[in-house]
Amino acid sequence: MAEHAGEAAHGHDGHHEMSFWSKYVFSTDHKIIGMQYMFTGMAMALIGGFMAYVFRMQLAFPGEAVPGFGGVSPADYNSLITNHGTIMIFWVAMPVLIAGFGNFLIPLMIGCDDMVFPKINRLSYQIFLLSAIVLIVSFFVQGGGFGGAWTAYPPLSAKAEYSLTPLGSTLWLVAVALEFVAFLLGGINFVTTTMNSRAPGMKMYDIPMVIWMIVVASILFMASVGPLIAGAVMLFMDQNVGTGFFDPGKGGDPILWQHLFWFFGHPEVYVVLLPAMGIVADIMTVFSRKKLFAYRTVLYTVFGTGVLSFTVWAHHQFIAGVDPRMAHIFTITTLLISVPIAEMCFVYIATLYGGSIQLSTPMLWALAFLAEFLIGGVTGIFLGASGADVYFHDTYFVLAHFHYTFFPIAIIGVFAGITYWFPKMFGRHLSEFWGKVHFWGTIVAFNCIFIPLFMLGAAGQHRRIYNYNHFPDLATPELQRLRVIATSALLVMLAFQAVFLINFFYSLFKGKKAEKNPYNANTLEWTAASPPPHGNWAELPRVYRGPYEYSHPDRDTDYWPQNEPN
Amino acid sequence: MLEHYLPAASTYASDIDGLVNLIFWIVGVWFVLCQVVFFYFIIKFRRKPGVKAQYITGEEKEQKRWISIPHALVLICDVFIVYGAVTVWVDIKQTLPEPEESTPVRVIGQQWAWTFVHAGPDGLLDTPDDIETVDELRIQVNHKYRYQLESEDVLHNFSIPVFRLKQDAIPGRVIEGWFEATQTGTFDVQCAEICGIGHGIMAARIVIEPAADHAAWMSENAPRTVLAATTP
Repeated sequence: MAEHAGEAAHGHDGHHEMSFWSKYVFSTDHKIIGMQYMFTGMAMALIGGFMAYVFRMQLAFPGEAVPGFGGVSPADYNSLITNHGTIMIFWVAMPVLIAGFGNFLIPLMIGCDDMVFPKINRLSYQIFLLSAIVLIVSFFVQGGGFGGAWTAYPPLSAKAEYSLTPLGSTLWLVAVALEFVAFLLGGINFVTTTMNSRAPGMKMYDIPMVIWMIVVASILFMASVGPLIAGAVMLFMDQNVGTGFFDPGKGGDPILWQHLFWFFGHPEVYVVLLPAMGIVADIMTVFSRKKLFAYRTVLYTVFGTGVLSFTVWAHHQFIAGVDPRMAHIFTITTLLISVPIAEMCFVYIATLYGGSIQLSTPMLWALAFLAEFLIGGVTGIFLGASGADVYFHDTYFVLAHFHYTFFPIAIIGVFAGITYWFPKMFGRHLSEFWGKVHFWGTIVAFNCIFIPLFMLGAAGQHRRIYNYNHFPDLATPELQRLRVIATSALLVMLAFQAVFLINFFYSLFKGKKAEKNPYNANTLEWTAASPPPHGNWAELPRVYRGPYEYSHPDRDTDYWPQNEPN
Repeated sequence: MLEHYLPAASTYASDIDGLVNLIFWIVGVWFVLCQVVFFYFIIKFRRKPGVKAQYITGEEKEQKRWISIPHALVLICDVFIVYGAVTVWVDIKQTLPEPEESTPVRVIGQQWAWTFVHAGPDGLLDTPDDIETVDELRIQVNHKYRYQLESEDVLHNFSIPVFRLKQDAIPGRVIEGWFEATQTGTFDVQCAEICGIGHGIMAARIVIEPAADHAAWMSENAPRTVLAATTP
């Protein structure tokens, strides 16, 4: 920070010759680090997607060799589902949404030249990369990758004699712990930078919603991850040193892990949800030319959600053997959290009222986020209500529910953000036509995957089973047909991702050149060059108003950039 | 909703199905309402040349009403759902039948099989006439059972979908619960908590039979040692 700030103060734009290595690999530039996170996340998404392909094929055509993988043994199956979940949450949603967009957007949207701690930022990515490598190595060690589900409940995860993956489970745990360290370092940067380095004139209520949401998400993450890191250390010792923190035979308690895990695990949902909601808010205002409805209400709602999210964790444990009276408290808090989330959805819908809506690719993704997330939201009520959860717990209904939350977050929200900021990131435009082809292919296929899974869940199909033929009530042709539909839709959806990748890499080099502000947006990143140089601006901007002054009656143009004095 | 997919074969299955239906209708109305308004706005406010968007801050009182009234309504709906959820929950998980009017059965999960210890003709566990079976639970219809759930190794989950029953089994603890079947038949018993590579084959069946058939099965299968043990 010190050196960059010094350069900016002297009127340089920090744009000096650098070798490939120092520019792209060991860079401290927030934009490059953001890209590194984003590209690593995309690569991990391909691995996670491939895993989904393999285990969905096994479920639709049990026992048959899967093209590109071969036969799926029960051990393979468990490892695939475990690592699919782990990767998609910790190595895709988190790095892309928080670290990727957070790094790229925070300095650009609050008008400063870089993060407050650029070297910590670089260290954060390096640890993250190491964690990804450790995880990938864990698939290939003796015994194979960890297969005890992404929640890693002991005693299964704690003892090699139960899990049969002596090295895999330890490496998995080490990878997750390293990943948390990376995000702690990132979180420190995000919060500190936003609080201290805003452009002159940018007050708290002038911060774009996406930045607020990333900041609140970082705070939630940092506040919730401590107990889980403690739990991870205990689990590591149980695995390798012979302690018995989670072993009832030695006076420990397996339920303790569940509390530590979900005390982190539930805020984690909001850690990834909030950045996606922020991205959607910014895109919706730009493409409906509307001021965000009730900015302050949204902000307080976000804070409220954040606080409440620390009080709901045990709804994952209603039937885990905790005192049944506890369920009442967590049913109430869980249903209460539906209120701020519903309120955010209402605000977003209200923002569209009276707008001038343009259905560009980013806007389609943003609108789809809301439409799909609503399904995830309302189905969550069934699970938060203790009495109904007795039936739905650990069925495909749960699985479909959280994919209706996580898919909008980690895939739809991310595509919204990438298609929207692509011109700023790379100085070129994506193809709108192929963007829309990709959009419709993905959205239609997505619903065709998970609606059948809701039905399977309602029929009592439980999770993490490699072959339902062992359960006569679930081995009926009707239910098998639903499994085949879901798998076929998955194949279609994966195929449509090729459209995105081609569009992405073609446009990266050959796309139409983008100007500074192609969407006539208000926020500060659109006042920097596309792509912004190292240091972002020759002269740092000043801020005069909030980020959402679209279609102001006193103005001829329908936008009013934050940095324009009048 | 759920009856469409599988029978409701326990006394509380219909309570859970009722709760599920209640939630379905409440959230269903909200969901449809939100989506209708949402798509209506998208269509109605599509960009038209020469038409500028309205400037609405949403900070004024009469504008905020559009958010605060639905907000209050959501809260009221939540109260109904909480009430329903708690009522059903108390009945299933917090109210155990009296020992005199129920029969105990021990359910033991281990990697990767279920062992069921039936009380036998005397209706008591840990007596010589106990009948132990693997992966088959036999009960009498319209009769209350108290299960004692245990695990030998890792977490398991004792799940009978037609009963709408699920309960984790935890090593080192005995968890008590109950069920009462309302119809005869043979149904799946699942392990609904991942328990290792054999999780996918940890299946059992529950056989629900009329009282006479059940008594016959018990006398056929009760260990021969019973007589010898009870004589002195």
